[in-house]
Amino acid sequence: MEKRVVFRSAWLPYLLVAPQLAITVVFFFWPAAQAVWYSFQLQDAFGLKTQFVGLQNFAHLFRDHNYLESFKVTAMFSALVAFFGIAISLLLATMADRVLRGAMAYKTLLIWPYAVAPAIAGVLWAFLFAPSIGIVTYVLKGWGVDWNWIINGDQAMLLVVIASVWKEISYNFLFFLAGLQSIPKSLIEAAAIDGAGPARRFWTIAFPLLSPTTFFLLVVNIVYAFFDTFGVIDATTQGGPGQATNILVYKVYHDGVKAADLGGSSAQSVILMFIVIALTVVQFRFIERKVQY
Amino acid sequence: MVENRPWLTVFSHAVLIIGAITIAFPLYVTFVASTLTLEQIMQVPMQLWPGDQLIANYTQVLTGGSTTGSKAAVSSMLVNSLVIALVIPLGKMAISVISAFAIVYFRFPLRMFFFWMIFVTLMLPVEVRIIPTFKVIADLGMLNTYAGLTVPLIASATATFLFRQFFMTIPDELAEAARVDGASPMRFFWDIVLPLSKTIMAALFVIQFIYGWNQYLWPLLITTDESMYTTVIGIKRMIVGSDAANEWNLIMATAILAMLPPALVVMLMQKWFVKGLVETEK
Amino acid sequence: MAAVSLRDVHKSYTPELKVIHGVSMEIEDGEFIVILGPSGCGKSTLLRMVAGLETISAGEIAIGERVVNDLEPKDRDIAMVFQNYALYPHMSVYDNMAYGLRIRGLSREEISVRVKKAADILELGDFLKRKPRALSGGQRQRVAMGRAIVREPQVFLFDEPLSNLDAKLRVQMRGELQALHRRLGTTSLFVTHDQVEAMTLAQRMIVINAGRAEQIGAPLEVYAKPATTFVAGFLGSPPMNLIPREGKLLGIRPEHLEPCAASDALLTIDVDLIEPLGADTVVYGHVGDSESVRVAARLPAHALTREGKLALRYDAANVHWYDPQSGRRIDT
Repeated sequence: MEKRVVFRSAWLPYLLVAPQLAITVVFFFWPAAQAVWYSFQLQDAFGLKTQFVGLQNFAHLFRDHNYLESFKVTAMFSALVAFFGIAISLLLATMADRVLRGAMAYKTLLIWPYAVAPAIAGVLWAFLFAPSIGIVTYVLKGWGVDWNWIINGDQAMLLVVIASVWKEISYNFLFFLAGLQSIPKSLIEAAAIDGAGPARRFWTIAFPLLSPTTFFLLVVNIVYAFFDTFGVIDATTQGGPGQATNILVYKVYHDGVKAADLGGSSAQSVILMFIVIALTVVQFRFIERKVQY
Repeated sequence: MVENRPWLTVFSHAVLIIGAITIAFPLYVTFVASTLTLEQIMQVPMQLWPGDQLIANYTQVLTGGSTTGSKAAVSSMLVNSLVIALVIPLGKMAISVISAFAIVYFRFPLRMFFFWMIFVTLMLPVEVRIIPTFKVIADLGMLNTYAGLTVPLIASATATFLFRQFFMTIPDELAEAARVDGASPMRFFWDIVLPLSKTIMAALFVIQFIYGWNQYLWPLLITTDESMYTTVIGIKRMIVGSDAANEWNLIMATAILAMLPPALVVMLMQKWFVKGLVETEK
Repeated sequence: MAAVSLRDVHKSYTPELKVIHGVSMEIEDGEFIVILGPSGCGKSTLLRMVAGLETISAGEIAIGERVVNDLEPKDRDIAMVFQNYALYPHMSVYDNMAYGLRIRGLSREEISVRVKKAADILELGDFLKRKPRALSGGQRQRVAMGRAIVREPQVFLFDEPLSNLDAKLRVQMRGELQALHRRLGTTSLFVTHDQVEAMTLAQRMIVINAGRAEQIGAPLEVYAKPATTFVAGFLGSPPMNLIPREGKLLGIRPEHLEPCAASDALLTIDVDLIEPLGADTVVYGHVGDSESVRVAARLPAHALTREGKLALRYDAANVHWYDPQSGRRIDT
């Protein structure tokens, strides 16, 4: 799509794009290029000497049990976050689309967690689930569940999933609600006249028509689980116990900042970059397809 | 409603109410904890109605932080957070709106190249270039400064795209009419394009305010000086050990203070928020 | 006010994509010219070249004594009314009209005087504080004209300004446009695809087809003597009948056909469709042996009420002849 009318100036457009390009180059391209460069380097323990080692950092990573484990943890984590985030918000949006009374109030009550920082979401849920003083822990103990996410990896994973899903529901909810409200009422009415009950109408009409929204949210939620949940992890489990919640992003941070392994961390960054690029391409494809509808 | 099924309506309300309560529950507990003494919190189970320490706890954190963890006053953290949450959206809009204007309304060599340069930044979130970006900031002497906290975050492909998309919907004839009226490109920008972009800017502002306020990894990397902590970072710094060792009453008071401004923005500017969210699609 | 000259004007977007193939016309000072043609013929492009919104690939356009090829629109001393009005949606009616004057640095008082005067002429006085979205289609149209009038330019350019109005309003605005031109006497170029607008508004019209000027002349002159089969087929409703005769094309307007006895018939048609319009009746049919030659006849209201064969005659004085290859008129 192009404009028919354009202005002509030899210098003005360059001046107008200059600030954004300057920031883009200094804070995006230069560091990204350096990440790629460092990923081929090995630095000694004191950071005094560096040496070009080619793909050795990558080879090392893929032999590293911890790194492969982190891949598995990330896959598990993002699958759980995406599934529960989408399922719960779809349920809530379907109900909110049904009710006439109080729809606005429900909407307001359901969207505010979007405003909460992931790190704070983590702190809130960590407090509820705190092994010794948590109120939910107390209830669970009453039911005979021995709850301590500090030492139990599965429970730690559950905690970060709950905190992450809690924060993401509002975003998904708004998109599902908008999607449901854009389905023509006449379609639902036609199905009702054909004798389809509410559940059948949902699965045969609303759900298929929502599939573009669902797919879009799936990609967005995976991106969210991959990157934006850094705060949740750092404020609660910090990747532990052991490697149980050490997702890729947290490992990049931990190895680079805490362990000061420049080459290894950079190689992880480069791999992450490829993952983002793949996800962006998928998302872009989807937007293109949506245009054709 | 297509047909009258009272039980289904009751069920719908029940699901929504349970959902709303579940979602609000952590917030309620947080608020209650922020009004109790530490001893009251440590009694298992913690009481679920507010105590009388509200003023004491909030005064303590606003003026002196926690006693065992970070001792930075939360009031100065709130100021830092506010500065960042305002500078990021305003700076982002300023640089995006002019670059989108150039890309839409001018034809010039390298136009598409620049466009793709901006687009590619979508693929390079902070998280994937942590260490090198930190080095750049350090080399530029921007550690522990507002500039370091904000400038790297104001370049954004999404805002540029949003403006570009919006500009494409402005009828060509409007620009032609302005040309015939004798308006220069910048005059057209100020008098016509900017006023028409008001709603889109309001929507973008809400989303980016929240984005700025909730920044975590970035300030974590480049602030070491307590006076530059943001509220979100401050909470993290107050957590010093396993659960019994923390001053949960003060942490929770800080959490409430950290959540309040963005939550208010979302609730009060709900219309813009929803518009911004759905239109930026990210 | 000023004369406008188009001298062998060409427009091409790429070497292959040519849209105007050399149009020449001298427009006198104060004349109202209609540029008429089907959609996509290049008529709007021609107007936009005069405005300076499109570059001129070859040839010259002069306004008054000045060749304006390389001048910006603002320096050409023209004002333009757009098809969709192009009102600034966030500005009041007053500001819409005043905007161009402010840019030109006129004093506040001068602007106020000019806007008030234009508002009086267009009966917009009560709406000056309103935003465009609070106006009806006809009122918006008037604001767009007001924006042109206040500038007091040498030339008005109208790009299908009435096509977004409903039929009734269009008739009314046509009348107002004529009155306005009588009052101001500004040289005007008016683009339309509507032949009624062209016939009623134009002092002279230029008929464009596929980037070429088919004919230039006063409306009735063009109607009476279409220079090409395109013009013959474009003007008139229904358009002129074109019937192959003796290796040429015989042109006869539907209103010049009249029913007659079979023995006097110069033309016999099989009737396909009868459209009684009240004032008269239009009969459509085809010439006996060849289905492809369609003929329309405008007959008195109750001339014919049944289908079948219809014998028609015409006066030799109303006949036109065209060359079937070139489409040009053959004057005898």
